[in-house]
Amino acid sequence: MFDISRTRLAQGYRTKPFPPADPQLSESYRGLPALDPGLCRSGCDACAKVCPTDAIHAAAGRPNLDLGRCLFCPECSRACPTGAISFTRQYQLATSSREDLRLEGEALALARSLDERTRKLFGRSLKLRQVSAGGCNACEADVNVLGTVVYDLGRFGIQFVASPRHADGLLVTGPVTHAMREALARTYEATPAPKIVIAVGACAISGGPFAGSPMVHDGIQDSLPVDLYVPGCPPHPLTILDGLLRLLGRLDGAPAVP
Amino acid sequence: MQPERLRLLRNVASIPLADVPVLAGAEFRDTIADHVARDWRVMALYGRSATAGVRLYAVLGSGERSQLAIVASEVAGDRFEALTPRVPQVHWFEREIAETFGLVPEGHPWPEPIRSLGGQTSFFKVAGEDVHEVAVGPVHAGIIEPGHFRFQCLGERVLHLEIRLGYQHRGIESTLVGGPDRRSLALLETVAGDTTVGHGLAYARIVETLGGAEVTARADVIRALALELERVANHVGDLGALAGDVGFLPTASYCGRLRGDVLNATASVCGSRFGRGWIRPGGCGFDLDSRRVRDLVRSLETLSRDIQGAVGLLFSAPSVRARFVDTGRLGPEQARELGLVGPAARATGLSRDVRHDFPDGIFRMAQLPVSTWHSGSVFARAYVRWLEVQRSLAFIRELLAWLPRGSALAESSAPPLGPDRLAVALVEGWRGEICHVAETDSRGSFQTYKIVDPSFHNWPGLGIAMRDQAISDFPLCNKSFNLSYCGHDL
Repeated sequence: MFDISRTRLAQGYRTKPFPPADPQLSESYRGLPALDPGLCRSGCDACAKVCPTDAIHAAAGRPNLDLGRCLFCPECSRACPTGAISFTRQYQLATSSREDLRLEGEALALARSLDERTRKLFGRSLKLRQVSAGGCNACEADVNVLGTVVYDLGRFGIQFVASPRHADGLLVTGPVTHAMREALARTYEATPAPKIVIAVGACAISGGPFAGSPMVHDGIQDSLPVDLYVPGCPPHPLTILDGLLRLLGRLDGAPAVP
Repeated sequence: MQPERLRLLRNVASIPLADVPVLAGAEFRDTIADHVARDWRVMALYGRSATAGVRLYAVLGSGERSQLAIVASEVAGDRFEALTPRVPQVHWFEREIAETFGLVPEGHPWPEPIRSLGGQTSFFKVAGEDVHEVAVGPVHAGIIEPGHFRFQCLGERVLHLEIRLGYQHRGIESTLVGGPDRRSLALLETVAGDTTVGHGLAYARIVETLGGAEVTARADVIRALALELERVANHVGDLGALAGDVGFLPTASYCGRLRGDVLNATASVCGSRFGRGWIRPGGCGFDLDSRRVRDLVRSLETLSRDIQGAVGLLFSAPSVRARFVDTGRLGPEQARELGLVGPAARATGLSRDVRHDFPDGIFRMAQLPVSTWHSGSVFARAYVRWLEVQRSLAFIRELLAWLPRGSALAESSAPPLGPDRLAVALVEGWRGEICHVAETDSRGSFQTYKIVDPSFHNWPGLGIAMRDQAISDFPLCNKSFNLSYCGHDL
């Protein structure tokens, strides 16, 4: 007992003061990519040639980027001869629509909060059922991290529950393999309405690195109505938390880009 | 040993395809069985389509001799004689071959598919008035990957557990054919997201040995650093999760945070908590400057102390020991027969560790002791992890202290791969032995890329460890193995 108390003191208080305090991310962190078309050389497609998931295209000197496919790997910025692509440290990346993830130079439109009626229902208590629909388990791992003392998801009234019957919505990861398609559909059906769907990670949004494989369905696509898209491979736990809080109308305004 | 029946090679080496001896079926099986009887292991057994049916390859290894060997055979018809009755460790390999190529493995005790691709399949059933069946998954109660477990129980007691996976099958191996291309590394890094460095490194070594590329000493050291950080993060996370499964919340809470901080140490170098992009064919994607080295040394010092405190509590709590000791036991003979690898094998007293037995890179210079324990229980699997955490942290300190000069960064373009060759690379990932085998065609593109995640060897071990256990101990036993579903399903 004495050892437990002593260790407790030594471990200290570890919950991040986010929000409202801005979280500390390492200098190496790759967040929202910034594109500067002014620097593009005409006819250059060095970025598109190395992108593992065809997330970036350089059509007519205007690079466009699909954040829903982006793995946030450093390949494009490394290949770019003029520095037209760089990664900022903006971790706020979640959007309300698939279209909002397709960037052609405009600012990223971050997720809006749920409509007033749904927000009244879920704003202070949101129970989610997680469905791992294929993938590599990294998204699941960083969703799990939200339950640690560092993020303490419970303080926002958000909780992962063991049955879809107890849930207000689904948080889906993975490219939706053939073998998981039916299980995902049945879990959605088993969740009482009104319900929300959150797609976490490049796989759930677009199939990620597995897109095009005959064994997967390239993400949720149109099979379920998605309320929140959280891009990344995997998204940082902060990116997921930020998205959830925006959806619930608990974070407003544009992020300060670090 | 008759060398002409086998082509010997070392870890991370490639040979001309034509050098692989192709034996008749009976001779192929005898060769494997003879070697397994002399303490060799089957690292991989897989097939690929050939002009006249299916060609089977077996990669064998002897840790004692630090030697690998390869041998092949052709299956012409729609059936082959199963080796599993003589060599139980090929049980799942033969089921995979049967499933992939639609072959009948004659004499196989349980020739069911392992990835559920064929729709309805039957389950092993125990009959009897009081026997009941419990089915769990694929969607589980927690945030866990999908898999299906079918228990045959007598009251609380588990008589048999059948594990049916395949829900994560994404077709990685077939997508890799025709590569390497711009997607290959991303696919390898997502074989199992928590083993990004392990599988990324095995892939890099395959490409390097096939292309004849050299890696600098500094890159070797940084790769080992990445690999050991991955091991520490996952083992610490597992120890916390094991504490959580027996309701010991202090360690569960602390280790949840500490695992994240080790991942953040990885992210401080390469920008990704899982180490994405850190390892590349030809070297590393990211180097460390002297400030980063200093920061890492300092943060790891604090982390080591906090981990010591958190895990120390776990092993000194009587309530934890009461639940860990004697639960889910597996003996060394069972582990040997099943061909287990990694901490699960070492927890039965078997000394098996790629870093020691088949050293590559910096492990040729600096040998880590192999961490073993004798009891084969949940306790042993937890304790082996704890020994490895301590030894890996000490090793990381050494690596950071003698980081060679020069550059670790990979050239932007890797040399082309040699045509018509076969390469093998083993890496000791945190779950155990990772084995990649690649074969190139006449243009130097992959015509086969076989991945064996340690989980592939170890899932049957969990099934056997659960026999005669209380079904309520399944979460604890499962966590003590903590196997990868996606690494198995590919």
